[in-house]
Amino acid sequence: MTESALLEARGLTKHFPVRSGVVHAVDDVDLEVRAAGITAVVGESGSGKSTLARLLARLIEPTSGELLLDGQAGKAAPARARRKYARAVQLVLQDPFSSLNPVHDVRYHLARPLKVHKLAGGSLDEAIDGLLARVSLTPSANFSAKYPHELSGGQRQRVAIARALAVAPRLLLADEPVSMLDVSIRLGVLNLLADLREKDGLAIVYVTHDIASARYLADVVAVMYAGRIIESGPAATITSQPAHPYTELLLSAAPDPGRSNRVPVRGRTPPPNPVTPPPGCRFHPRCPHAMAVCASDVPAMTQISPGHHSACWLHASTAGKEA
Amino acid sequence: MIRAGEPLLEVSGLCVDYGSGDDAVHAVIGADLALRRGEVFGLAGESGSGKSTLAYAIARLLRMPGAITGGEVVFRHEGGAVNLVNAGPAQLRELRWNQLAVVLQSAMHALNPVLTIEFQLTDVLKAHRPDLDRAARRACAGELLKMVGIAPDRLASFPHELSGGMRQRVMIAMALALQPQLLIMDEPTTALDVVTQREILNELMDLRTEFGFAVLFITHDLSLLIEIADTIAVMYAGRIVESAPAGDLYLAPRHPYSYGLLHSFPGLRGPVRRMTGIAGSPPDLRKPPTGCVFHPRCGYASERCVREEPSLATPAAEPAGTAHRVVACWLHEPGAATPAELAGLAPALESTS
Repeated sequence: MTESALLEARGLTKHFPVRSGVVHAVDDVDLEVRAAGITAVVGESGSGKSTLARLLARLIEPTSGELLLDGQAGKAAPARARRKYARAVQLVLQDPFSSLNPVHDVRYHLARPLKVHKLAGGSLDEAIDGLLARVSLTPSANFSAKYPHELSGGQRQRVAIARALAVAPRLLLADEPVSMLDVSIRLGVLNLLADLREKDGLAIVYVTHDIASARYLADVVAVMYAGRIIESGPAATITSQPAHPYTELLLSAAPDPGRSNRVPVRGRTPPPNPVTPPPGCRFHPRCPHAMAVCASDVPAMTQISPGHHSACWLHASTAGKEA
Repeated sequence: MIRAGEPLLEVSGLCVDYGSGDDAVHAVIGADLALRRGEVFGLAGESGSGKSTLAYAIARLLRMPGAITGGEVVFRHEGGAVNLVNAGPAQLRELRWNQLAVVLQSAMHALNPVLTIEFQLTDVLKAHRPDLDRAARRACAGELLKMVGIAPDRLASFPHELSGGMRQRVMIAMALALQPQLLIMDEPTTALDVVTQREILNELMDLRTEFGFAVLFITHDLSLLIEIADTIAVMYAGRIVESAPAGDLYLAPRHPYSYGLLHSFPGLRGPVRRMTGIAGSPPDLRKPPTGCVFHPRCGYASERCVREEPSLATPAAEPAGTAHRVVACWLHEPGAATPAELAGLAPALESTS
């Protein structure tokens, strides 16, 4: 199974020390990204999804666990290894208003990675034109001399994506790439990501809070809650037959104009404090099905159907006995 | 559901500019809308469409350089009708909070970080209910918190000690302190997680049933609005381009922009199909397009759309006897060839879900 994995996270954990203890931002996350696959990581704010994206980009070092690129663990060493990793895995950030440098034009933003990675080869201008064309900013002559403030939000995000594509990565990490954009242009950017996968075989990790857009774009959806992945599986299965009570909650709360009746939302317990997460299953204080075992032991990922896993005692083979 | 049909708020021809003279940006142009008592009226649009400006103008909260340059806002309360556009400061003070309250988007910034929740909740009562003494105000503030599902012992908390959802609930409690007739909510749940958003909306709808206030609900999230609103007006570049009962708008949008917006939200059910969104990006209001403001992004634009601006009118082919709907589009002129997807009783959304 691991043969075809482009990037694999094993037991990835990130704790941030704070005065009152440690923030359990990401705990024991296993994730597998296949070549030319789109994996969506869905979660609420504070679920650790952005920290996970940063870990996958190696912007921050994990507290424990490992990241395997093409089955090989990268050495925590120096610039050369980092640069090699960056050639394969690139990150696009949420806010194109702050991720582009306001004092430089588009050409500078795209030339930079080409120069740093010594990829310009023949003609720099040709390479830049090619990149702009790939993100549908054509004719490129209209855009390369523009400054970020002269572009709309959607165009800026396209420039940010083009910059990430400059090194010809095999995996693009997109952290909430459309949440800052106007509603009418979000789909354009999502479709661009879909096209990049379709045409160029780019693998994508799409981090989002919007489960409907995850269903639209991704093949595989992983749902995070309080730092852990609690369910993962094919996008269609997750949204039509969720196995974890939290996924059910998330789906029932999502806006759905086709819904005829009002949705009951159970409990008013807020998501847990990441410094002192509840023991056992982190969702148990909010869970309508919580059992004794949920408060004491962390449920392991259990297979529901091929490719569909959920970490819930309801699905564990021992659930019958414990309940 | 409360269906008290009496009109509560009538906005006609409202225009708002930022700046003056030739440099003025026309943020709202000739907006017409009518709210009935107890109704949830949704105002949908993208950023820069003028939806917040319109709400601020109604509550007379615009700051310089924003100014109302025309139109009227008639508010009908028990004491009679007032044109808010001409209302003086004393009259506005009498109406605001008593009759008309506003909930702002960012509760993080709307609450004062150095004052307790109790101080901020009782402040309203101190200003508007001089008959209450300190203990009564405190008790009342506790009741208000309980009403939005927060334990009254949180009165002593500071805003940073509450979660985002609780802060927004405090804002709602504060707005409802004097039982207003109209609640204006500007993106009240946009900064919140979906689960919290759903909880707050459910509570809001319960409170509305209990107290019978009307809500002017502003958001960019049309799919949310369709669930909660009775009537929806869609704004684009400062104009209301379509206004219809929520169900009608959902099942059969008439304006190409409404149609595009509805097709910009991937659904949670049915087969996943490629959706296109809307080509191009919203116009720069300093240099609005000629004619219909939507024509540069519209797939149906004709030569007439470039020259002449359509005004809101009942679509020619609207089935008789259906509820009130208006749209500003040349495609719905009598005799115009309306494309099937914009003319249908056909459930247009089927293809997106």
